[in-house]
Amino acid sequence: MTGNAIEIQEVSFSYGKEPVLDHVSLDVPEREFLGIVGPNAGGKSTLLKIILGLLKPQHGEVHVLGTTPIRAQRSLGYVPQYPEFARDFPVTVEQVVLMGRLGQGRIIGGYSRKDREISQRVMAETEILDLAQRRIGQLSGGQLQRTLVARALACEPRILLLDEPTANIDMRVENELFDLLKTLNQRITILVVSHDIAFISGYVHRVACLNRTLICHRTENIDGQVIQQLYDGDVRMVAHKH
Amino acid sequence: MDAFFQYGFLQTALLAGLLASIGCGIMGSYVVVKRIGYMAGGISHSVLAGMGAALFFGFSPMQGALLAALFAALLIGWIKMRWQAQEDTLIGAMWAIGMSIGILFISRTPGYSTDLMSYLFGNILLVSTTQLWEMAALNILVTGMVLAFYRQFLAVSFDEEFARLRGVPVNFFYLLFLCLVALTVVLLVQVVGLILVIALLTLPAAIAGHYVHTLGRMMFLASLLGMVFTTFGIWLSYVLDMPTGAIIILVAGGSFILSAVFSQWWQHRAQAAES
Repeated sequence: MTGNAIEIQEVSFSYGKEPVLDHVSLDVPEREFLGIVGPNAGGKSTLLKIILGLLKPQHGEVHVLGTTPIRAQRSLGYVPQYPEFARDFPVTVEQVVLMGRLGQGRIIGGYSRKDREISQRVMAETEILDLAQRRIGQLSGGQLQRTLVARALACEPRILLLDEPTANIDMRVENELFDLLKTLNQRITILVVSHDIAFISGYVHRVACLNRTLICHRTENIDGQVIQQLYDGDVRMVAHKH
Repeated sequence: MDAFFQYGFLQTALLAGLLASIGCGIMGSYVVVKRIGYMAGGISHSVLAGMGAALFFGFSPMQGALLAALFAALLIGWIKMRWQAQEDTLIGAMWAIGMSIGILFISRTPGYSTDLMSYLFGNILLVSTTQLWEMAALNILVTGMVLAFYRQFLAVSFDEEFARLRGVPVNFFYLLFLCLVALTVVLLVQVVGLILVIALLTLPAAIAGHYVHTLGRMMFLASLLGMVFTTFGIWLSYVLDMPTGAIIILVAGGSFILSAVFSQWWQHRAQAAES
């Protein structure tokens, strides 16, 4: 199927008086790998939450997989920036990954054999099978991030959304993670929010610069100078050039 | 230990302690990992309103406690969903208001003073056979619910936002969860009284948390520990001729402190051995 996985038209959102998103429009074709960059409080996480149906925009239209965000929710995999859970929660890696299987199949009782097979498969894909029985409090930053990606993949998503997946991991692990995402991108549309544009531009097809308003760049148009400028943290300046 | 075989009331007390331990191990583990001990405290103290009203109007205190606990749980859950910022103030207010209502009712009921003490600090030696059956029924209800919805409860207490994204009705399960805490509180009030409930709810689970890796095992170990504490506490209070509820809590509290020190030492030793 070709078409747009996500269509956002003229979306505005504010938590109080100040708008966080101002008439943002964005189309994401199926199997695109899109990077969203921008300064802190520029509305990146808010935009993700609108796509996920966790927040409702005051103005504008959002279509995800041809329907409303709420209806599309079960086809989305989400890797949050600051997971809400406590690190000392007594739960194993496998149990966390299995949570991605909730919301499908029976309501009462345990997980089905199919649920377990799928979670085994995604744990193999994210290379955490040997950690399956580890308590999450014992994981390194990179291992925890892989666990959260595996949990999102266990949902068998058609779109994967990641919020600052590299915030708590070092450079080497970052490379591994993005190599994994690149492989996954062969079958899944991926949106990744990041502060590190120089790094992600080697992986993504397009970069959306978001600071209340949104401007897209194709990565081939980002030359050395643009990256240099962005890397210096002046994201806004580039956004204004277009 | 011979006394346990000689006196019927001790056997009943022992059974009541064992029954209460099951519910307290299961729900206590959730309370500990979810860090809502204060909320459980609010629910348990507002139980006095129900018990006082029951005493005044002449129906069973257990039914009064049940109604008050469920009402408090739903109210607290609703407050948390609506006004998250002022949650602790509002729980504190309910805590005190519930107790005040209870005291007023009890003060208007003739011959109140002994009852008041046993509501506040428990009197496991006065548990009747009917109450034992009621406790068994509450236990079956709590255990059954948790077994049926184990996945949902785990997901909601672990990561609410993710559970919501997976289409789990988070608010429903949160309220159901608080109601189960309320039922457990009523179960425990029989044993240690409403002031000491939070300790018996949280201490065995907290000790279990020092040693196991999953919530399921934590529940199992916490139930076992609860049984050990209540049994040993009842025996000790009989031997020393001192109030049972207080002794049980001191046994649990002492074990918790020992376990905290021991598990710290054990971890240091394991780390030293690794490096």
